[in-house]
Amino acid sequence: MQATSDAAAAVAARGARRLPADASILVILIAIAALFEIIGWLIVGQSFLFNSKRLVIMVLQVSIIGIIAIGVTQVIITAGIDLSGGAVAALAAMVAASLAQASGTFSPFFPGILDLPVIVPVVAGIGIGLAAGWLNGTITALTGVPPFIPTLGMLVAARGLAVLYSEGQPIFGLTPGFTAIGQGAWPVVIFLGVALLFHILLKHTLYGRRTYAIGSNEEAARIAGINIPRHKMLVYTIAGGLSGLAGVVMCARATMGQPGMGLMYELDAISAAVIGGTSLFGGKGRISGTVIGVCILGVITSGFTFLRIDFYYQEIAKGMIIVAAVISDQYRQKRQGGR
Amino acid sequence: MGDEAKVILRTEGLTKHYGGVQALEDADFALKDGEHAAIVGDNGAGKSTFVRQITGVEQPTAGRIFFDGEEVSFKNPLEAREAGIETVFQNLALANDLDVPANIFLGREEVYFNLGPFSFLNEKKMLQMSEEGLQRTAVKIPNLRNTIGKMSGGQRQCVAISRSATFASKMIIMDEPTAALGVQETTQVENIIRNLKEQGVPLILVSHNLRQVFNLVDKIAVFRRGRIVGILNAKETDGNEIVSLITGVQTGVHENASYI
Repeated sequence: MQATSDAAAAVAARGARRLPADASILVILIAIAALFEIIGWLIVGQSFLFNSKRLVIMVLQVSIIGIIAIGVTQVIITAGIDLSGGAVAALAAMVAASLAQASGTFSPFFPGILDLPVIVPVVAGIGIGLAAGWLNGTITALTGVPPFIPTLGMLVAARGLAVLYSEGQPIFGLTPGFTAIGQGAWPVVIFLGVALLFHILLKHTLYGRRTYAIGSNEEAARIAGINIPRHKMLVYTIAGGLSGLAGVVMCARATMGQPGMGLMYELDAISAAVIGGTSLFGGKGRISGTVIGVCILGVITSGFTFLRIDFYYQEIAKGMIIVAAVISDQYRQKRQGGR
Repeated sequence: MGDEAKVILRTEGLTKHYGGVQALEDADFALKDGEHAAIVGDNGAGKSTFVRQITGVEQPTAGRIFFDGEEVSFKNPLEAREAGIETVFQNLALANDLDVPANIFLGREEVYFNLGPFSFLNEKKMLQMSEEGLQRTAVKIPNLRNTIGKMSGGQRQCVAISRSATFASKMIIMDEPTAALGVQETTQVENIIRNLKEQGVPLILVSHNLRQVFNLVDKIAVFRRGRIVGILNAKETDGNEIVSLITGVQTGVHENASYI
């Protein structure tokens, strides 16, 4: 104990002179982008960054995963995990799409209810997400099993339910009012709006304070009188709701619902959070870091496509980056001691 | 203080079993207002178990607790705290990733207006009150906005203690407050305890350190194998008597035993 506290004091002395955590991630983002820019000029003979079309595609791709990643970030801050993001988004997308069909569609899902106002599929999609998140949170909080298990179950079950719901068929013919949510700058606006909202929530409200406290020292939080099961349920429910929102935006952007959508998005979302400095040990993490993390993933995806490197190499590179990010997190934790 | 001072805490037949293990058996204890008492005993003698029953961390198997004139049964630490019992736990119960005000106010944050969990925190007020609380303990912490994890053991302990001192409470319990501290930091904590004595705040000190106990408190309760085997006036006893009560051995304790 004495030794660790001395070590902690030593780290504190060094840490005071270091850059804020977000700055170093931002430097990595800029470095990766610059690397692709240089390689671009050398090999492809054109600019990587100064291409508005590529940037727009990149930012749109990033937005949907980003919405899930924000929900996952706050779950990881409580020292939990949510593996179900992509699958819940797909289920929400199917439900939303089925309620967003326009009249004159070739094979209506609910022939009796077409041309519903936009709010109906949006609320239904988010509602499905909230319900799935609530179930994740309830099982985690009440049974005490590691959150890995219920959310893994949800990952499999939600994907299965999405297929079952439409018997594996895609759902087309959505109303223009609904698909507008996914067009133009809307996904980005929604993503940044959600990011700003959760930045404020985590930094300036009781919700955030409790989230960090639980992840930092659950026993201390319990002794301080925080109702831990209730707060965890709230955190997982909100994460589910954000996955539902991501599903709504995803199907509006694709102008259709398809049960295979959002495959592996949960892993990209977790990666974005971890790359952005959220600690899997809990207690540490920031929305701004996750936003940068999601941009790093976007730049890598888009850069590899730009260099016409095979998709599989992209996956390999991403995998290595995630492992590196977790190792560096573990290294930081060890240097701080006290755990 | 005097004998007429009212009793702030009293336990009657307090008992705690963990499955078949009898961690605490039939403990009768009383603390008067303004009085400082020490709880001593070997490892596993039931000291921390006793504290956990009083502070609502656990619920006793049997027995009654009276606090401030009323019978109480705290379902959780928050209830005990709301009744006026502040506790500095052995494991400190601090969140490493939060700063000093966040830790001091954990579980009772100041907010601008009540929106349930989405209430906005009044950081300014909490920072100011934390500064005042730490001033009372006469401890200097360079930057209160640093996270607790970056601080030394002594600073952490002082934050934990000033958390109790900040909220004007009716009684403070400290479970091994100096167990992890160096000599200088121990002195600091002992000064805080003397300060509380002067302010007339009643205190229960769980400690292994008999020198410290004799220096600080009015009376000493000795625990052995889950039972209170003696409650002695600190001025009318000596290390030898306490040690023989702790160990249950009447003779053969050397004058210079290391724990005296």
